[in-house]
Amino acid sequence: MATPAVADTAAIRRRTTQTGDIVARLITLAFAASIILITFLLVWQLWSQSAATRHKFGFSFLFTTTWNPVTEEFGALPFVYGTVVTSVLALLISVPLGLGSAIFLSELAPAGISNALTFLIELLAAIPSVIYGLLALFALVPLMRDYGEPFLKSTLGFLPWFKGPVYGFGLLTGGMVLSIMTIPFIISVSREALLAVPREQREAALALGATRWESTWQIVVPYAKLGILGSIFLGLARALGETMAVTMVIGNDPKISASLFAPGYSIAAVIANEFSEATGQVYQSALIELGLVLFLLTIIINGLARLMIVATTRKGSKR
Amino acid sequence: MKLKRMSLAVAGLMAVAAPFAVAQQINAAGASFPAVIYQKWFEEYRKLHTDVQINYQSIGSGGGIAQLTSGTVDFGASDVPMTDEQISKLAVKPLHFPSVLGGVVPTYNVAGVTQDLKFAPETLSGIFLGTITKWNDPRLAKDNPGVKFPNADIQVVHRSDGSGTTFVWTDYLSKVSPDWKSKVGAGASVNWPVGLGQKGNEGVAGTVKQTPNSIGYVELIYAVQNKMAYGSVKNASGNFVKADFNTVTDAAAGAAKNIPDDFRVSITNAAGKNAYPISTFTWLLIPSHIPDAAKAKTIKAFLQWMLADGQKYAAGLSYASLPKEVIAKEVKQIAKIQ
Repeated sequence: MATPAVADTAAIRRRTTQTGDIVARLITLAFAASIILITFLLVWQLWSQSAATRHKFGFSFLFTTTWNPVTEEFGALPFVYGTVVTSVLALLISVPLGLGSAIFLSELAPAGISNALTFLIELLAAIPSVIYGLLALFALVPLMRDYGEPFLKSTLGFLPWFKGPVYGFGLLTGGMVLSIMTIPFIISVSREALLAVPREQREAALALGATRWESTWQIVVPYAKLGILGSIFLGLARALGETMAVTMVIGNDPKISASLFAPGYSIAAVIANEFSEATGQVYQSALIELGLVLFLLTIIINGLARLMIVATTRKGSKR
Repeated sequence: MKLKRMSLAVAGLMAVAAPFAVAQQINAAGASFPAVIYQKWFEEYRKLHTDVQINYQSIGSGGGIAQLTSGTVDFGASDVPMTDEQISKLAVKPLHFPSVLGGVVPTYNVAGVTQDLKFAPETLSGIFLGTITKWNDPRLAKDNPGVKFPNADIQVVHRSDGSGTTFVWTDYLSKVSPDWKSKVGAGASVNWPVGLGQKGNEGVAGTVKQTPNSIGYVELIYAVQNKMAYGSVKNASGNFVKADFNTVTDAAAGAAKNIPDDFRVSITNAAGKNAYPISTFTWLLIPSHIPDAAKAKTIKAFLQWMLADGQKYAAGLSYASLPKEVIAKEVKQIAKIQ
């Protein structure tokens, strides 16, 4: 009688699986499936409720710049522009600041200071966005109108982004508010990612003769790249969907302008402002179609993020 | 033992809550502009009739009409009269009952100007169209002799959210400016040629207060309560009238002769020596047939009270009361509720 050299795993699984395991598996499967179901329902609702405008305008909705509720002509372009510009601006400001702070807190600061500051930064992440909006409205806008924007205009006024009249409200202030809101996310997640880098990496770099900075910038940060990228996309996701803080300072004017001082409008802001009083089938479905556009925008950006992560991982594993 | 204690506690709570159970609950929702006086009225009415509780949700005029259409509320409220299209969607024809009056005023913050400014209709439409861009424009100087305007750009502020206030303002501008009517038109939300958008009367009022050389439009109440400078507007008779409770009521009285039977009328640019040209009714939307006889009786009684004693509360809360001609007509309409 020959005993099999390889254990019969299927038989072992059959013998050791109990009813409890099966039930647990079904329940957790149900929870996971419900998330997917909710997402599908969301997309289906967005798609079906925006039918009126999709049939009326078709693809031209994405490229029209008019937003006229009286004549019922609607177009998404100014809102997509405003959303993208404020989010990119927010990232341009918050990524260097956030990453720099995360590096300081994980590598360079003494443990006591690092923990205290991290606690404060995590508190910042918990503040409701309306509070940031109020802060921006009463503190940031006058500051930008009286000092910040005139300063930029006088020094960088030759660039098309810093031309034109100064209002205080506008795309630049909107971007700044968003950057204040995304920085805590970037700092806390990047710091975790940097702390997770094994000590051996740093020690090896130092043993090979690298300076403290070279070891941090060339060894530790690239090792934590995935986590840092993740934090940036988390911040970006918040920036794209942020409503109240943006609508208080962006100026709420559906126009596209090269100047960052000009007022603009974002998708979330227009939906929050106009949905409750939107009368008429076409008007309501135009706002819902804007929601669909934002959803697609988020998917595209997250898709690109995934691709980037896959690309860098493949490159990393080939090293 | 634990179960016994818990059930005793629940029974105790229910005994305490029992006196708060009301005989009749009526739900209403709609415009936010008159919300303050409606809440006051419903509270005062409850003191007189302890078995009646009317709940009001201030979700906006559009919301009020939508809830009335879907049948989730017993009656609605709106700053904008319902259109024929909206009325056709209702199974039961709604009756419009004007409840109070409001006015919309131009509020401004001009460096160095402490006097009240006077605005002609052409000036207001020019400013909001973007054709008049500077405070020291000769058209402004013409109506305001002796006022030293700065050589500064006019910063226009308007509403970013849809609202009855915007509807009244744009309705007035459409009446006095053919240019405005063709380029922009009237609506709760419009395609503004110029200006920054802010949310709510508070947003516009706050922004105008903070931004030098700006102009915006707010409900009279906000300007009064926030002690903001607001200008007088030239009315159809050629007089510069500053909005207050009397001039707004005068506008309604002036329009009362020509008021249609269903009360769906705009009273902007009304005739009358002292009529304030940018005034509006705000309406309660009552279904003409209420199946629940007890509710119908209560609502009719409330309307009678509102048109009589209710109007006394208006001035204290900065609303203008209805003129007696309109009240007389409305009392007759109450009989139409079955």
